[in-house]
Amino acid sequence: MQYPKGGEMDLHSDAFLRRLMRRQLRLAIACAVTFLIALLGLPLLNYFYPEAMATRVFGFTLTWFILGVLFFPFVWIISYVFIKRSIFLEEEEEASAASEATQESGKVGG
Amino acid sequence: MQIDPYILAFSALTVIATVWMGFWSAKRSKTAGDFFVAGRSVSVGWNASAISGEYLSAASFMGVAGMVMSSGYDALWYPVCYACGYLFLLLFIAGPLRRFGAYTIPDFAEGRFDSPLFRKIAVVFVLFIGFFYTMPQMKGAGTTLAYIFPGLPYWAGVVLVGAVITLNVALGGMKGITLVQAFQYWLKMFAISVPIFALMAVDGNYGSHLQCNQKAPETPSMISEGDVSISLETASEIGRKDLPQKAPADSTWLNPFGPLTTKAATSGISPALPPERVRSLLDTNNYLIFRPYSWDFAVQPSLPIRILQTVTRPFSALGSRLSGQVYSMNSVASVGAAMRACSEFSQKEVLLSRQSTNSVIAPFTLTAKSVGDLLTQFQSMMASNGIVLIPDGVGKVWAVGNPEATGVRLAMAQLNLSHRPIRLYSLLYTYSLIIALVCGTAGLPHILVRFYTNPDGAAAKRTTMWVMILIGVFYLFPPVFGVLGRNLMPDLYAATGAKGTDKVVLELPRILNETGSAPAPGAAVSALADRTGAADEASAATREGARAPQKKRIPWGSILSGITCAGAFAAFMSTFSGLLVSLTGALAHDVYGRMLNPKSTPDQRMRMFKVCAVLCGSGAILLGFFVEKFEINKMVGWAFAIAATSYFPLLFLSTWWRGITMKGAATGMLVGGTFSLVTIASTMLADQAPWAKGLADFYAGHPLLRILAEQPAIWALPLAILLMIIVSKLTRTEVPADIRMKMLVLHAPEKLGLKQEYIQEHQAR
Repeated sequence: MQYPKGGEMDLHSDAFLRRLMRRQLRLAIACAVTFLIALLGLPLLNYFYPEAMATRVFGFTLTWFILGVLFFPFVWIISYVFIKRSIFLEEEEEASAASEATQESGKVGG
Repeated sequence: MQIDPYILAFSALTVIATVWMGFWSAKRSKTAGDFFVAGRSVSVGWNASAISGEYLSAASFMGVAGMVMSSGYDALWYPVCYACGYLFLLLFIAGPLRRFGAYTIPDFAEGRFDSPLFRKIAVVFVLFIGFFYTMPQMKGAGTTLAYIFPGLPYWAGVVLVGAVITLNVALGGMKGITLVQAFQYWLKMFAISVPIFALMAVDGNYGSHLQCNQKAPETPSMISEGDVSISLETASEIGRKDLPQKAPADSTWLNPFGPLTTKAATSGISPALPPERVRSLLDTNNYLIFRPYSWDFAVQPSLPIRILQTVTRPFSALGSRLSGQVYSMNSVASVGAAMRACSEFSQKEVLLSRQSTNSVIAPFTLTAKSVGDLLTQFQSMMASNGIVLIPDGVGKVWAVGNPEATGVRLAMAQLNLSHRPIRLYSLLYTYSLIIALVCGTAGLPHILVRFYTNPDGAAAKRTTMWVMILIGVFYLFPPVFGVLGRNLMPDLYAATGAKGTDKVVLELPRILNETGSAPAPGAAVSALADRTGAADEASAATREGARAPQKKRIPWGSILSGITCAGAFAAFMSTFSGLLVSLTGALAHDVYGRMLNPKSTPDQRMRMFKVCAVLCGSGAILLGFFVEKFEINKMVGWAFAIAATSYFPLLFLSTWWRGITMKGAATGMLVGGTFSLVTIASTMLADQAPWAKGLADFYAGHPLLRILAEQPAIWALPLAILLMIIVSKLTRTEVPADIRMKMLVLHAPEKLGLKQEYIQEHQAR
């Protein structure tokens, strides 16, 4: 995605808001989809491959091991990635807004 | 049984510490302003602990373990989704909501749509969800007290705990103080993990306890009626005790689509048939239950031949040759013999024939050129014979029958069976449960309040991640209690209500008293080694040493059980008081202060807060009486379902779609939330109220409707979203005028300073 570094965007313009929301939403949806594929895929695996999912892993059945143990770290990873990227996006917005503010001083309050 | 002094001491200590801490910190922050200002300086770590502390309720602490024990694999969806629900909160809601500065959903509803009316509508659901959520906490309280004081009736525990907490809230202690909640989290974490490590050190670890739940042995053991009795030994090193009759069999317990998710689908099937009835059915040339390769059939779960309820396998798996032996199905003994043959000589097919009188009349073989050809022959054989049992070589037995055969149809009619795709229904149930739990977390009123104590949106996100880690680690443990409990304390299956599996967390550590060894990790090996020898002597010693503890034998079991009881108290006390504060706030502030008497003085409001606290507390206690028979976890699941279908779509769409209007949001929230509330309540009534017999029968006859009513999220959430979109489009002129500014406040980083600008604009108007 192209990101105009120069900050030719007005903070109060529709374009700025739209870009702001779209970038965050796109990131959130990407993370949500990864999570949902795993979460909603597991019952399907259980449904169609019951034998394979009953294979023993360290005494657990495979599906028990995935759901009861592995799922937690998986979600931690997703949330870590999300937070890193999301905060990076925010910093980018701030930086661009700051450079804009120097150009048209007084526009941004507080 | 007498009161165990250790358990009593630890529990009393927790209660006193919590109440004291509540008053102590309440004194230090008298005004709401103090609370929030102090909150803003709270670090991410403290905040995450506090949110986790408030979130982990009796359902997490006791309910998950009890449900894993009673239902097995399917119950794991609860802890996983409780934890993962925070991901949705993190991805879509936490940051924007914190930026907006709304710290309750009614606040958000009012601010986002500039509508005091919408605030009132939103308050209604704070009450609905809150009361639903207090019911399981009350059950937890009743169960725990009945355990600490054996003989105390369930209702007395509910009244006692409910009264203490209500009084505490009414007097001003126990406001959601960060420090207290954070302390509660670490107490719960300690209380759930330490006893588990001790138990695993002495009695074997998580994996090996699961390992001994094999799916094979249960198959033949089902036939235990009359003269037939078959059972296979469970091979394991774990000291596993015999399961009582009421416990689910290993295969259904261990595998997905077990009792939890199939209960609704199988509930229509007539209640357990008495053995005589089964025998008479067999003797009058009828067929029993079966499960053909390509169809799923409802199975009477408590029939001796429950084994026929297994998994589907494609016809192609038959190959092109089928051979086996024909058995008479004219007596229970013969059917039993057929099954034994089936499981012992694992590769032979067994045909049950109603024409034969001997137990084995003839071997049969079908050969065919193709699978299709075999199928034809097979079906014609079925038409005359009814049922074939086919082993799959790993101890599972497959039963095959032609549903079109007259005899089979007759049998189905008599057994009240119908063509029900049970596994498919079970899958549907699972999905609906997942949606309710994941989306519901994002709409719990008492949790969202806590996000306000973050300094900014970015911190809110970081806090959410840490919450997920803290509660994720916690949720690893309760299922372990369930698994160990199944093997070591199966007596709990036989009991119901407050004496049932919901108390496994409390009681399980006590088995260490019998073992009589110190559970310190270093002692684990020696403990395992001398376990068998020491057991008898130790249990004798604890019996006589119960009053006067001997020098060396420390009753570790009692101490650890006391610790888990303390954790349970922390769990239901923290959540119940949090809920009570938000319920009372909604009633006193929104209903009284804004609707009934807007001109009330602060003094009047203060008095009203106390009255409302007592009202809400009594309401919760009353509701608590009725829920002894429900599983703690299931009730919390229902609160989540209502949150998922009312608040979640509201928060999600209001945050990300600028076209939403107040009317759209209100319609969707009201319809989604009310519908799911009503359908859930209807299933509760059908299960419990004697006068709702007609409803119960209706649900029994319509399993699909029963599932959709019991787990409404799968249809109610899309319905709510759809209504929000449609009504908003119809009323698009009513989108708030400064919507762009509102969206900027929700999404732009705080440093841009848009929030202040927004406030100034609002004040200017």
